[in-house]
Amino acid sequence: MSEIVDARGLSCPQPVLLVMSKIKEKASGEIEVIVDNEVSRENVSRAARAKGWEVREERRQGDEWHLILGQ
Amino acid sequence: MEKTRNLFATGTGIIAVGALIGVLAALLQKLGNPGNMGICVACFDRDIAGAVGMHRADVVQYLRPEILGFVLGSFVAALAAREFKSRGGSAPLARFVLGMTAMIGALVFLGCPWRTLLRLAGGDGNALLGLAGLVVGVWIGTLFFKQGYSLGRSQKQSFGTGLLMPLLILGLLALRFIYPPVEGQTQSGVLFYSAKGPGAAHAPLFISLGIGLLVGFIAQRSRFCTMGALRDLILFRQWHLFSGFLALLAAALVTNLVLGQFHPGFEKQPVAHTQAFWNFAGMLVAGFSFALAGGCPGRQLFMSGEGDADAGVFVFGMITGAAFAHNFGLASSPAGIGPHGPAAVAVCLFFCLVIGFGNIERTRA
Repeated sequence: MSEIVDARGLSCPQPVLLVMSKIKEKASGEIEVIVDNEVSRENVSRAARAKGWEVREERRQGDEWHLILGQ
Repeated sequence: MEKTRNLFATGTGIIAVGALIGVLAALLQKLGNPGNMGICVACFDRDIAGAVGMHRADVVQYLRPEILGFVLGSFVAALAAREFKSRGGSAPLARFVLGMTAMIGALVFLGCPWRTLLRLAGGDGNALLGLAGLVVGVWIGTLFFKQGYSLGRSQKQSFGTGLLMPLLILGLLALRFIYPPVEGQTQSGVLFYSAKGPGAAHAPLFISLGIGLLVGFIAQRSRFCTMGALRDLILFRQWHLFSGFLALLAAALVTNLVLGQFHPGFEKQPVAHTQAFWNFAGMLVAGFSFALAGGCPGRQLFMSGEGDADAGVFVFGMITGAAFAHNFGLASSPAGIGPHGPAAVAVCLFFCLVIGFGNIERTRA
């Protein structure tokens, strides 16, 4: 069961801040993150990996990326 | 599972980009740009404001090709990587005002974050105060982000809106070719030029433009950002962008040593003053503004080239801020701060606080 973080339209550092607070809250499991630009995709993936989470899945739908982060 | 791996955005990539910018900036000084000002986004935006007559400080008027190259280089890189995306509508007026406050603060210190590093790399001890101010300003900005500060989401815009910034910049470039500088003249057609002072010191057009295009391209790919470097380190203990920041400093320092451009000291540094408190306070306001707006002045130019209209609004805020800074006596000079510099710092700080406190969302997305 994954929770969703919608970071579309937000500029840095907000997507990473949202994901970090969700990671802190959940500690394990899966988080789905929606971003709408390549920079946020890179930043969120980098930050999640630094916290020991992995990017399990990455789907591009038009202008958006859906990332599944897992721990 | 990276599909098309972006080499520029790797750890090695960002270090290489920072180092290359450091070397090129120091070389630009050798080739004619002002001392410790190979590239200064604040100073060069200010020179552009002078070139088009928005202020008439006759020593700082030149349509800097580096700035034009930044936007166009980023535009080309974003198109090539299919990252060009027209977006905007996230608190444009707040961003315009932040552009103004950032520029006014930077002109009290006399430099943007890039030039802070270049001044350090040239041995200018006054830049230590500027760097300290920048760090504190960005740190204050991170406190607001921790409280839920946000200028809101941007929206997708029409392709035409995204093209405006590159087109406007192309227009400025056209003016530079139509009205080139004339020896001994301070005006050529609609453009103003400096006969003396920093505005008269510049590298040859095609070298400046070429380096600008190259830097714009690699900075877009790598997301190089000097404010983000400090912010991510403070907020997330993340070293990624900061490694590019350090690489710029180190590479410029080495290049300066090789070229004989390193002159350590506080007195008589090029385009700098020695008023420690105002060097600190000016850069604090600038750093705070950049943090609230989400990017250093270079990054704002690069983002404006990739279709971000909000970043474009910030850039025009900076240029307008520069005009006010010189028309109202807010900007410093090598003789010291301007007559109304202290008032400007206080007013700009006030506006930053209004924007900061006024945009804290209690319910996060």
